[in-house]
Amino acid sequence: MRPYLKYLLPLAIFMVLVGFFVVGLKLDPRVVPSPLINKPAPAFRLPQMGEASKSFSPEDMRGKVWLLNVWASWCTACREEHPLLMDMSRQVDIPLVGMDYKDTDAEASAVLQQAGNPYRMVAVDRDGRVGIDYGVYGVPETYVIDKQGIIRYKQIGPITEEILNEKIMPLLKGLQ
Amino acid sequence: MRLRVLFVLLLILPLLAMGEAKPLGNDPAVEARLKALSQELRCLVCQNQTLADSAAPLAEDLRQEIREKIAEGMSDKEITDYLVARYGNFVRYRPPVESQTLLLWVGPSLLLIAGFTGLWLTLRRRNSLLPDDIEKGEDA
Repeated sequence: MRPYLKYLLPLAIFMVLVGFFVVGLKLDPRVVPSPLINKPAPAFRLPQMGEASKSFSPEDMRGKVWLLNVWASWCTACREEHPLLMDMSRQVDIPLVGMDYKDTDAEASAVLQQAGNPYRMVAVDRDGRVGIDYGVYGVPETYVIDKQGIIRYKQIGPITEEILNEKIMPLLKGLQ
Repeated sequence: MRLRVLFVLLLILPLLAMGEAKPLGNDPAVEARLKALSQELRCLVCQNQTLADSAAPLAEDLRQEIREKIAEGMSDKEITDYLVARYGNFVRYRPPVESQTLLLWVGPSLLLIAGFTGLWLTLRRRNSLLPDDIEKGEDA
């Protein structure tokens, strides 16, 4: 073994380790990749908020590219995301469907009255059953669903302006 | 005397209310399976806790879901697959051996083999050195 190699080899190994740590630090352990990406959106039929006689099912959205946003009145991160959803609902013509997750109608509609309602309609998942089918574990979560009813993207946690402009909008344009 | 009767009555009174402690679930066999199964599953909200330990509302919902699946007669594997289909392999504490997890499974053995090979090579080289060389330092 050449003498300089003896010193360079540990340094090289160290650099590789540092590389792993740097990448590891940038990963968010709370974001668990969903196995539902590129799979059909699970079917459900839930009552609509405020209109007890109406129901909503993903089937109703066949042929449209749409967003399913899982939220709740008790979820503070949803409030953070709310203004962005409001802007989006005004600016682009993409159906945004809300799913009120483990919540009460009274509290949820109070939030929408106070902060504005960005949703075309809101499905009510009172006991979180549909949430389990969608692998929801931390609201807010947002699903991009294509014309064939396939889930194309899942956002875990609030949508930020960056994510909206760099990921969701280009994806929506591509799907339409 | 009257006081004494009253005292004895007071002593007896709690006995009337006594009954067997109510189990948390209805069926002990179901609860045992739920416990065994949920200790192998990760709660997604508090990621370092098992589904059995976590007090998160989602964990409670999932335990209830598993309870129902057991009652429906699903096997442990079917229930695990059901959860993996929704939350991914992350829910399992023991990831399956797949192409994606191969490095995870064989990595430690590979490192061990590499270590022993390195050790063996070094020892062999040292053995072939003359005592003279060692005094001078092996790189001389």
